[in-house]
Amino acid sequence: MHGRLKVKSTAQQEEQKRQEREKKLKIFVAVRDACFSKRKEGIWDDEALKLTQQVLSSNPDFATLWNYRKEILMHQETVKEKDEVQTIYGAELSFLESCLQTNPKSYGSWYHRGWVSSRMPKPDWARELTLCDRCLSLDERNFHCWDYRRMVVKMSGVSVDQELAFTDRLIGSNFSNYSSWHYRSTLLPLLHPESPEPPSPCLKPAQTSPPPSPQTHSHRVCEEQLLKEYELVQNAFFTDPNDQSAWFYYRWLLGRAEREDMISCVYVSRDEERVAVAFSRPVNAQSVGLLLVLDGQPQRVEWRSVHPRFKHSPLWICDLPPGTISDISYEHNLTVHWTEKHIHRDCALYTGRTESYCRDSAMDQELFRSELSVEKTSVLQSELQSCNQLQELEPLNKWCSLTIILLMRALDPLGYEKEMLAHFQTLREVDSMRSAYYSDLCSKFMIENTILKMEYAEVRVFSISDKNLTTLCHLDQLLLVTHINLSSNQLQRLPPQFAMLQCLEVLEADNNSIENLEGLYHLPKLEEVLLKNNKISTLADLQPLASCPKLKRLDLRGNPVTQIANVESELAELLPAVKDLLL
Amino acid sequence: MAAEELPSEFDVVILGTGLVESVVAAACSRVGQRVLHLDRRSYYAANWASFTFNGLLTWIQQHHEESQSEEVQDRSSLLEEGEELIYLCNSDSASISNLQVFCYTRETHEEEEEEAPTPDPDPVDTTEVETSADGDNGVKETSETVSADSKEKETKDEASDEKEEEQSQAPHTDGEEPETAQPQPPTAPSQSEPVRKKISYTHLVKEGRRFNIDLVSKLMFSRGSLVDLLIKSNVSRYAEFKNITRILTYRNGNTEQVPCSRADVFASRQLSVVEKRKLMRFLTSCVEETEEQQVYNGRPYLEFLRDQHLGDNLQHFLLHSIAMVTEDTPTEVGLTSTRHFLRSLGRYGNTPFLFPVYGLGEIPQCFCRMCAVFGGIYCLRHSVQCLLVDKNTNRCKGVIDSRGQRISCSHFVVEDGFVSAERKKVATPPRSISRAVLITDASILPSDSDQQVSMVTVPPIAAGSPSVTMVELCSATMTCAPGTYLVHLTCQSVGSAHEDLSPVVTRMFHTSESHDQDERPSVLWCLYFNMADGSAAQVEGHDLPSNVHMCSGPDGGLGHEHAITQAQSIFDKILPQEDFCPPAPNPEDIIYTEEETKKEGVEEEEEKETTKEGEEEEEEEKTNEEEKETKKEKEEEEEEEETKPLKEE
Repeated sequence: MHGRLKVKSTAQQEEQKRQEREKKLKIFVAVRDACFSKRKEGIWDDEALKLTQQVLSSNPDFATLWNYRKEILMHQETVKEKDEVQTIYGAELSFLESCLQTNPKSYGSWYHRGWVSSRMPKPDWARELTLCDRCLSLDERNFHCWDYRRMVVKMSGVSVDQELAFTDRLIGSNFSNYSSWHYRSTLLPLLHPESPEPPSPCLKPAQTSPPPSPQTHSHRVCEEQLLKEYELVQNAFFTDPNDQSAWFYYRWLLGRAEREDMISCVYVSRDEERVAVAFSRPVNAQSVGLLLVLDGQPQRVEWRSVHPRFKHSPLWICDLPPGTISDISYEHNLTVHWTEKHIHRDCALYTGRTESYCRDSAMDQELFRSELSVEKTSVLQSELQSCNQLQELEPLNKWCSLTIILLMRALDPLGYEKEMLAHFQTLREVDSMRSAYYSDLCSKFMIENTILKMEYAEVRVFSISDKNLTTLCHLDQLLLVTHINLSSNQLQRLPPQFAMLQCLEVLEADNNSIENLEGLYHLPKLEEVLLKNNKISTLADLQPLASCPKLKRLDLRGNPVTQIANVESELAELLPAVKDLLL
Repeated sequence: MAAEELPSEFDVVILGTGLVESVVAAACSRVGQRVLHLDRRSYYAANWASFTFNGLLTWIQQHHEESQSEEVQDRSSLLEEGEELIYLCNSDSASISNLQVFCYTRETHEEEEEEAPTPDPDPVDTTEVETSADGDNGVKETSETVSADSKEKETKDEASDEKEEEQSQAPHTDGEEPETAQPQPPTAPSQSEPVRKKISYTHLVKEGRRFNIDLVSKLMFSRGSLVDLLIKSNVSRYAEFKNITRILTYRNGNTEQVPCSRADVFASRQLSVVEKRKLMRFLTSCVEETEEQQVYNGRPYLEFLRDQHLGDNLQHFLLHSIAMVTEDTPTEVGLTSTRHFLRSLGRYGNTPFLFPVYGLGEIPQCFCRMCAVFGGIYCLRHSVQCLLVDKNTNRCKGVIDSRGQRISCSHFVVEDGFVSAERKKVATPPRSISRAVLITDASILPSDSDQQVSMVTVPPIAAGSPSVTMVELCSATMTCAPGTYLVHLTCQSVGSAHEDLSPVVTRMFHTSESHDQDERPSVLWCLYFNMADGSAAQVEGHDLPSNVHMCSGPDGGLGHEHAITQAQSIFDKILPQEDFCPPAPNPEDIIYTEEETKKEGVEEEEEKETTKEGEEEEEEEKTNEEEKETKKEKEEEEEEEETKPLKEE
């Protein structure tokens, strides 16, 4: 019958494939060996280029051979004319293109391409950019390509607004692409920097933008552009509220300005002849050039953190030479210099006073409100409205609830406290896998609120009982607190940072789950510790208390440790100064 | 015509090269059946065909002439003992009716715009081309002016007036046309305004080869049965596809883009963020069947949508553009078609549809090609005159072809147009599809790119009017000349095609030559016709032997589900044990043992010998359109499918 087709059987096909593979392997090994021996002999000729090309085209991740090729090419540079070199590099680029086609995520090929492009006498950056865009259109998350593209953009000086348009395009085709959003976040501050005070509309941003430097708050974006970005990102999260890319970008947009470096508090105590200095961020006092001047005289003092564990700490203390300030009838003037930053803070210790401090309060620093840097309140208000709108439609969306909390905190942390707690409750329910995270975050916000309340009341008493605290934070802000009440929470430990409460006299922490007292370390004024109904189980756990010289009263009722035999005598030995012990 | 005789023995003889017949042909040939595939016409794909502009003019001409049926030769001399004959009819003109052609551009545009308007009171008359305007008012059919034989040369044929009798079904009077077609009073062309460069009729004819005008207008659902079949069978390698780039809808006198994919919704400027959320929520939620939906079973989909509190915008989009149903469609039907739409979304792009480059006429040809690769024999301009039926078993033993050759076969597959009406069982009243084909000079919704491929849903513009599906193709689809757009309109017929569709055309397009300030695209040329609705023809219950299988022509639906289902059911009847279109082997796995003997008049398909090592894609030559080259695109798409996560699900 009319030429009927016969199709090879599977066995035939398999056999043929196997033979082909074997043949390929033989060739591969032979060529590889040839390359190695040539390299050993130091031959950098065209044949070597051909041989390595053969191997690399089937395995582009052969780093040794790429290096060999680099050697060859560098050698060619020395012996050939410039035009020829250009041609050779051009050929290298087309070869690399074929390698990238086989494996678009080959480290070797991309790296080599970068090397070739930067060495080429006359690189064609436009072509490279097109290549990148093509690769990204096939796989928008190819980070090799993103990396290479960054290099190309830098080398060829593509304008920032062109790049912003590029991210527009990528986000338009698929907004679940954090690479593009992130790239956007690096471009916007360059294109639309936050205008200096007083705010002026950012016209012609590209021309007038000052060169970005780490000193200026260059990662901020001017308000006009911010509004556009809010709109863009809202479109994304309303379209798909479960896509985290948009939410992360939104958080960046709402994000906080970095706090300025400053000495936030200087505290001096006559009794202990001690100075404590609090910084706006953790520093290493030994290396930042901290200088203490007392009554005009620079002092040689030893700075130490509150706990040996901290090399970086927001709080540093030093002891003055004995007798320097102990006479209560003298007035003293202290200055602490942060020489590295040309910052200093003065503090006067008046006659008759046993202690003194000088500081900016959390309110002065807009500490917790600046968690989301304060744009115009109305803008944040309308953002909150649209999030609430989304929340109504998507009551179970965690990103939305979380963002609402952040917006509320930016607007009015105390006023929204009740709503915030409700949202946290929702979050723990809808995202139970992360309930501990939400509890910690909620603890943090509650502590911030309590600090604010304390500051408004201008007292040195910090009371936060029965708030389901699971963790303690912002302890550096509690340097001056004399009385702390943490009763009826869910704390498991007093962390080493607790030792920053240098003025603490009374600690109430009944009804928690505390097992560890690490943070009660060298607290010079601590007299009373109430730890009823906790989970302290061994005498060793109580060891840190021995370092607190003034401890008089200790309540350990309802702790497992009280069940130990001879506990009384053991404790008397461990803490001889404690007169009032409740077991 | 082949000088040689055909082999006289086949397993399956197929008459007609429409989609259903071609799929059956490929499926049978693929599993080793000897297939003879014939078509009386000179082109492939029957009513599924695509034509160049000139080819379409020829087709129009033929349909005017077809009334003279050929004399049937008596073949009873060829009968053997115990046999009887069933004559087939040789005319399929019945499936096409109400052909009307209008031309709104001048023959040439050498003259500048300042020429005075013609004194004739009728505006359309000035737009007439070709036919001399000798006294006739209104729009006339211009089809008769095209010679049937020449593609390049137009000869005027003034003697075709008698053809107008055929139009008697279309109850229009010539004078009425312009009024309905022309809402504004005629205005003289003004000289000053910047005018889009007008494309002349001569230009259309000159560029005629660049057109591939489909008789049917359909789209391929990315997860529809046709795409699945193309992929499964590897037939996809014979064609190249483009995405429909956007979905539009006509609403309150405006054409708007319908946001349907995630990216569209994100980018949409007409929806508020809350609407965006509601839409996305609805789209994701309706993928699953819920009890809430079941409550609405039997009640209109519109009611269901209303109760979702989506707002007018979204309701319109969902009903007309996504579900593509009417207001009284029951909820379960509406949801099913919404799901079908959504399933197809995101597979190959931002819309659920694909369109074959060079037109839909490619698809039947691709299947024919597959059939030929596996040994099927093809003859065009070659028909079957009658069937030989065994009186005892009432089975078809063979056929007698148009040259009187007796060819035996165990199954006969036939396009329904060849079966005489008295043997057919057809739904009453016979349904038909109204079609319009427009060549325009601009896109219905201009955008950044002038190469958009748009699907436009037009809800009923008045009570009782049909809802119209419109597809606008750009030149990148290789179906029209650069600078023009090819617009297909389709609806279920209520009246004639012109009655059904011209109100939509005149609303959305500019249909006169006057250059008033009209933003709408101008229609340069248009064709209206009615085509029998293939879904009305029934496959079962005909007065035919049990091994004669009738295939229906194109149906009015947007997808190809009807045709593919029918092809599969015919195949299953012929070969119940066999796999339907299993994957074809790679060309390199095919062993060529014997030199293929070529017959004149028999189109052979050749797979290029794979002499080169490596996975070079083989270049393929088109069988009938000598200049076209098809690239293998579908395979790339399949890869794409693997690499791209399906976003919409």
